[in-house]
Parts: sequence; C-alpha cells; structure tokens
Amino acid sequence: MSEPILKLEGVCTNIAQYHILQGVDLAVSAGGVTMLLGRNGVGKTTTLRTIMGLWRAHAGRVLFDGQDIAVLSTPAIARTGIGFVPEDMGIFSDLTVEENMVLAAASGPLDPARLDWIFAAFPPIRTFWKQPAGNLSGGQKQMLSIARAMAEERRLYLIDEPTKGLAPAIVATMAGALRDLKAQGASILMVEQNFGVAKLLGDTCAVMDDGRTIWAGEMRELAEDAALQERLMGLNMENA
Amino acid sequence: MSAPDHTPTMARTGIWQRLEPHLPLILVPLLAGLGLVAIPSPTSWLTLTVSGLAMGMMIFIMASGMTLVFGLMDVINFGHGAFISVGAFVGISILLALGSMTGTPSLWLNLAAVLLAILGAALATAALGLAFEKVIVEPVYGAHLKQILVTMGGLIIVEQLILVLWGPDEIFFTRPEALKGAVTFAGAAIEKYRLVAVGFGLALFLAMRWILRSTKIGLIVRAGVENGEMVEALGYRLRLVFVGVFVAGSALAGLGGVMWGLYQEVITAHMGADLMVLIFIVVIIGGLGSVEGCFIGALLVGLMQNYIAFLQPKLALISNIGLMVAILMWRPQGMMPVVKAK
Repeated sequence: MSEPILKLEGVCTNIAQYHILQGVDLAVSAGGVTMLLGRNGVGKTTTLRTIMGLWRAHAGRVLFDGQDIAVLSTPAIARTGIGFVPEDMGIFSDLTVEENMVLAAASGPLDPARLDWIFAAFPPIRTFWKQPAGNLSGGQKQMLSIARAMAEERRLYLIDEPTKGLAPAIVATMAGALRDLKAQGASILMVEQNFGVAKLLGDTCAVMDDGRTIWAGEMRELAEDAALQERLMGLNMENA
Repeated sequence: MSAPDHTPTMARTGIWQRLEPHLPLILVPLLAGLGLVAIPSPTSWLTLTVSGLAMGMMIFIMASGMTLVFGLMDVINFGHGAFISVGAFVGISILLALGSMTGTPSLWLNLAAVLLAILGAALATAALGLAFEKVIVEPVYGAHLKQILVTMGGLIIVEQLILVLWGPDEIFFTRPEALKGAVTFAGAAIEKYRLVAVGFGLALFLAMRWILRSTKIGLIVRAGVENGEMVEALGYRLRLVFVGVFVAGSALAGLGGVMWGLYQEVITAHMGADLMVLIFIVVIIGGLGSVEGCFIGALLVGLMQNYIAFLQPKLALISNIGLMVAILMWRPQGMMPVVKAK
C-alpha cells in the first residue's frame, strides 16, 4: 500500500458542549479508496467536516501530504486540492446546473475534456444543463454534487454517503462513476452506509464508534469476516 | 465504464406551477392598473405613477445592499440608515460647492454635477461601510440580538457625528436648474427629476442584475446567499466577498441618500433612520437576499404610498404596513426569497 496522502492523528472535535470526535486516527492511502464505516451518529460526517475545516478540531493533527491543514480556513483547505461532497449534497438550488459546475471550477474555466468525461459518467448533467438545480430529482442532485467535486482535478475527494436514499439504478450509476474516478488514480475518503457499495469500491476501511476509530484495515478483510462486521458495527452484513 | 441503466427525465409541471414563482412580476402592473381604476383622472394617475416609480427606484437603491448583506451573511444591520444620511450630506455638500455648475440651465453641466456628488457620496459611504463592518459588525457575526444593539448604536454615533460636522439644522436647497420644474406628457405634469430618478434606478437595477447573473463574482454572491458553507468548501473566501458586498451596499445606500435628498430638497441627520422602516418593509416583502424581489417590493411600496396618499391621505401612513401584511399572508417568506432556511 502506498504512503498515506491524508492522516488524522488523535483528532478531537467539540460541537457546542458535545465531544463528538474523541481521538480519531485515520490514514487514506494515495490513489486508494478508504471507506469510513460505522453506525449512525458515531462521528463519520463530523470527521469529514473537520478535515474540511467546517468544524474546528480542538486537538490532534490533520496532515494532508505532510502539511497540518487543521490550522487553515475552509477555502484554503479546498485550495490544497480537496474536493468535498457533503451529506446534504450542498446544491445551489437557485443556480442552474451549468452555474453550479462553473462555480465548482474555482481556478478557471471548465475544462471541456473533463466536462465530457463528467457528461459520460452522469448523463443527466448534460440533459439538464440549463435547468435550475432545484428542479432535479434527489438522485440527479447527488450526481451534480459529485460532478461538481470532479469539475477540477483534486488530490483527494471527501464524499459523504453518496448513495443515501437513492434508487438501485442510480446507485449503480454512482458506483460506476466513482469506480471510474478511482481508476484515474484519485484518492477518496468515503462515508458509506451501503455495505455492498463499500465492498465494491473500498481498498481500505476504518470503522468508527463513539467518536473514535475502533478498527482499520483492508476492506477485503472486513468484507469476508461476518463475525468482525457484527462485532464492529453490530450488524450482520454478510448478505449485503 | 458501464452506461447508466436508467433514463433521466424531468417531470413536466403544469402551467400554474411554472407561472406561480413569477407571479410577483405582475404585481406592479396590477397595482398600477388598480390605481388607474381608482383614480378618476388619468393625468393625475400618470403623475402619481411616475412619482411612485421614482420613489420606488430610490428606495430600491438604498435597500438592495441591505438585502444582500442580510441574505449573504445573516447580518441585521440597523446602521444601514447611517450610510443614507452620510451619503446625502456628503453629496449635497459637493453639489452646493459646485454651485457654478448647478446654477446654469445646462442639462449636461447639471447632470455632471449630480454625478460628481453621487460619486463622492458613494466613495465616502463605501469607506464608512468598510470601517463599520470591521469595527462594529465583524465582532458580532452570528449573534442577532447583539447585531441589532451595536448597529443601532453605530447609527446613533454616526448621526451625532453628522450633527457635529454639519450643525444641528436641516439643510434646505434647490435642485440644479435643468432638473427643476416639470414636463407635460399626455396632459400630465411630470417632474423632470422624477424621470431622471426612474431612469437612473432602472439602469442601476439592470447593472446589478447583470453583475449577479453574468459574472463569476455574481455567481459567488448568489450561491453564498443560499449556502455560504458550500461556497467556502469550493475554495472561495466568502468573508472577502461579504466585505465587498457590504462596502458596495453602503455605497449604494449613500448614493440613494443623495438622490432622496434631491427628491425632498431637504436633508437631516436622521433621514436615514426614518427611511429604515420603508427599507425593512421592502427587504421583507421582497424576500431575503433577492435583488429582484427587492426591486418589485420597492416599486410596490412607492406606488402604494402615492396612490393612497392621493385617494385617502389619512391611510397613507399605514398603507405600506397593509401591503406587507397582505404579501406575507400570501407568501410568508416574501415574494422571491433566496434565503429560506434561516
């Protein structure tokens, strides 16, 4: 396995009086997909938001390519080359699909070749290019959210539950696009509740509970061990 | 990569569903039409309509910055009125100093003097806005009650400074020669200055709309009003954008202050604070963060005030409150809200 591009060391995050993250240790390998798993409410989304600087870590280090980004502002973190797909998709409903994409290309105009690649991965983006993004269906909004992160080449993608609440056909489209992104050598840290998708895409995984990482290892190892799954996440996922 | 196995479609919506979001656009012609029915003389109606539109345009200029600041950073700035007063005093002082240009009947010289006054006022209030944002607003981000208290305090301090610098008396003056008097159109007397105000306001609205719709900075502002956190996660420094919008909004308020002063031919230190009631009504009925809503709201307020003052003078004071109640009963978040979740 290659060197980690992102490393979290003992990261703690408080939201108001709540201690949400209580020492998260995590490594995302360069060019690999790391799945962040765990039950609801254990701190997976907070971990991604802390990496992006949307919540401030009050202890620990967030090392991106060796640089501690925990001290940077959110825009500065984004400009280091991190793309973020939030759980609520963060779509600008009053802007058109085109305007959403133009905005996502922060460093300049959209690259036509990259746009063609995005259109091939997500045909609805082309179909509804001039439509207000607020008119899209839930699945189409999720596609736009990921397409927006793909609008420019990023060194790391943080993706929060991309298949949540989607129809199986759209989950397949989403998984195909993410597999394509992975094939291009992208580093991805992804929160995912759909264990089937996690098995399909993940190289490594980390499992969280109660604001901490309680296990980290190869995705294959977890996928093949039903007892380990049950012990770590309290669910038997062998049929997932 | 495998092709997607679903066909994207977008549900066809009915005509009513497609038209409904745009209904506020017909309110101004509708109100003007109702005015035509209610006012017995068409010439009086025309005079009142131009007067209402001119008043609306000036209120729009003053309110547009506030709606963006409100929508973009969730900041309630009661000190906005201070920029109106300062703009009026700086602008009118420049105009009085340019007496040689305003005293001649040359339209171009008069307009040049007005433009210089407007430019001076906008620059002064932009600088004041920058200081106001840094000293008064920045420490209270996210705390509405504190925002109300400290910005009200800022307004009082600026009003007192105006009294110190320009004295306690109201300043009366007359408009430049070429902008005095009226032109007759279809039998109706229409004040020249009101026509200038309508043209200037409309040009400013179109320019703002172009910036917001066709430039990247406009895109960032519109997106920031809707979801500032996501704009930052895309790599844009929203804080700088906000400061820019605050400064531009302050400059517009100052510019509006000069125009309002020229409209009333008198300026006072508390004129901005007095106008804040109308500005809040316009921002609320337009929908937070919406420049288009603010524009329509301002025109409705201007027309309503003029029509009711003519038809039922005693009701003029409450006519705009009634308008706000009616619109909020129809659309509780305003006509074209951009910020819905706050």
